Amino acid sequence: MLGSFAVLRKQSLLGDAISHAALPGIAIAFLITGTKETNVLLIGALVSGLLGAFWIRGITKRTHLKSDTALGLILSIFFGFGMLLLTYIQKLPNANQSGLDKFLFGQAATLLARDVWFMAIVTFICLVVLLLFWKEFKILLFDADYAKTLGFNIQLIDILITSFIVIAIVLGLQTVGVVLMSAMLLAPAAAARQWTNSLGVMVVLAAFFGATSGVVGTAISASQNNLSTGPVIVLVAAVFVGFSFIFSPSRGLLFRQIRFIQNRKDLELHKTLAFMFEIAQDHEDVSHPHAIKILNNFYGYTRKSLGKLERKEYINVAGSMWSMTPKGYHFAANLYNQQKNENE
Amino acid sequence: MSSAQIEIQLIASIVAIACAIPGTFLVLRKMALISDAISHSILPGLVLGFFITHDLNSPLLIIMAALSGVVTVVLVEFIQKTKLVKEDTAIGLVFPVLFSIGVIMIAKNANDVHLDTDAILLGELAFAPFDRFLFDGLDLGPKSLWIIGTILLITIGLLFAFFKELKISTFDAGLATALGFSPIMIHYGLMSVASITIVGSFDAVGAILVVALMIAPAATAYLLTDNLKKMLGLSVIFGVFSAIAGYWLAHWLDASISGSMTTILGIVFLIVYLFAPKRGLISVLYRNKQQQIEVSLLTFLLHLNNHQEISERHINHLNEHINWRRVRSKSVLDLALKNNMITIEKNIISLTDKGKNFTDKAIDYIITNDHSKIESIKEDFFLFRG
Repeated sequence: MLGSFAVLRKQSLLGDAISHAALPGIAIAFLITGTKETNVLLIGALVSGLLGAFWIRGITKRTHLKSDTALGLILSIFFGFGMLLLTYIQKLPNANQSGLDKFLFGQAATLLARDVWFMAIVTFICLVVLLLFWKEFKILLFDADYAKTLGFNIQLIDILITSFIVIAIVLGLQTVGVVLMSAMLLAPAAAARQWTNSLGVMVVLAAFFGATSGVVGTAISASQNNLSTGPVIVLVAAVFVGFSFIFSPSRGLLFRQIRFIQNRKDLELHKTLAFMFEIAQDHEDVSHPHAIKILNNFYGYTRKSLGKLERKEYINVAGSMWSMTPKGYHFAANLYNQQKNENE
Repeated sequence: MSSAQIEIQLIASIVAIACAIPGTFLVLRKMALISDAISHSILPGLVLGFFITHDLNSPLLIIMAALSGVVTVVLVEFIQKTKLVKEDTAIGLVFPVLFSIGVIMIAKNANDVHLDTDAILLGELAFAPFDRFLFDGLDLGPKSLWIIGTILLITIGLLFAFFKELKISTFDAGLATALGFSPIMIHYGLMSVASITIVGSFDAVGAILVVALMIAPAATAYLLTDNLKKMLGLSVIFGVFSAIAGYWLAHWLDASISGSMTTILGIVFLIVYLFAPKRGLISVLYRNKQQQIEVSLLTFLLHLNNHQEISERHINHLNEHINWRRVRSKSVLDLALKNNMITIEKNIISLTDKGKNFTDKAIDYIITNDHSKIESIKEDFFLFRG
């Protein structure tokens, strides 16, 4: 759901970066407290995720490095630091260090009922905040300068959105793991974007796509053994995206191609009609019949296209002769005028 | 220092150099994240290669992996070309999918083989010297040293051969096309080199470190210089430095070598980020502050220039008219006094000749935007620079 905002803000890969950046937080939280209490580790992950997110913003704002460089930098450096800490922890004489790396790759099966409740509550809070600040989010998203002139504190709203994305990511980490988290964030939103131009509809759709791919993916992975949940969920989500890319009515590839071909056919017809119009113009009687043969030195007409024109009642065909109807004449006369008007 | 230690440092340094070169271009072309995507999506290629040969050491694995890296790039570009989503979203969609396919293939078919995600993502440099390259029973050193050495040689060869083309197409793709180079060819060439380098390095140092070695030195160097050659040189130096320093940090902490190399890279970047002479955070903040004062000074002088009345020029009037706080007014006043631009008599401020001159020039500049007018002011203020 929050992914919608990330996608529209061109920060899609933020999810990837943050999910990697959460690792040192987990390790440090463990080093300090020595427990494997989920909540403590989550707070650690949250803090370092936020730190990473804001450092990325700092880099792109203050220096001339581009956001992709900043993202990649933070991602790899935080993750490497996390690895350093993890290997360091492994060498410590402490019995309960194992399983920390489970956080990395995620194990939906290891989730306890308590964790699920916790996630549900956080999701609910996210929803409430989203609804409360809906207007502000929307304005910031599409026209930050306008939001500023209206007197909104854009920095605060920005921080709010980023924080919620980080929270969502950190929670999701346990389920699908670091690598696949970014897909979970992106795929539903990217799919939803293809179906609508309205932010509200998009958010709802993205939530729906996400939930569906979660359920379907889990079902598939449960039906076979040896199939980890995370990757299957991601693949299901990818299928959604592919389907949306191709079949969405207004933006999809398939319909775009169809529209393209249709436009081209229309143009051909209009070309023929315009040619006929020029011939018909020479006679006082518009509907004076002409031989089809004189169309021969002009390619672009076929029996089919003539038939089509006749069906539209622009011309009448009788034997080897054709004649223009008044309706056709009128249409052809306005053919170029109309286009001129549209262009202006 | 044992010979194994020397070998590890040697491998790490060579990997660092081999990564820094394509990394520089990736950063300049704003495609840094492609390296991250490639490093993840080579997994299915590796697995496929393994299925074909059933041999973890076969060169086919590297070729397949490099191929799947290129496939990633092609897929990303394809999705991007449909204009349905932005480039970063395209990257974020492609590589998790490929990675998932790889994970599932491992889980379904090769569960009992030494090919697990941890090893691929994290790598372990410490084991590199144990995998020796034997030829006729002769020990020719660690195998990864040979692999990455060859890749480095090829990369350097290509760099020298196509330096001009790379440079032009990176900074001005339009000009490159006009001159008859094919930017697409160069693009895919660079991508292939990056892909091969990532594959060749990752089994020594792990996927994450490869990404770090590609992006971090180049980004650090970019903060320090604008010159492409200097940037290449600097990023190589940073890479090698972090490789060696990272090794000793890992030795001291008894932790993962790749992790500590990345950490050193991060520290180096942080230092440069804060203290770089022109682009560093501190100098940027300092410059902003400086500019703020200069703008204030200019506003103040213009104000004086506009008002001849005594009441408008009284020292206490400043606060209410321009709406500045006391401290700020005082610092601006001091600055103007120090530069001999104003004189104060009985709390009435008047412009000196120099101040009048300066103000006129500034007005001229603001109206005409003509750079030649302000050459002399530039000495005193860098507000007008650039």
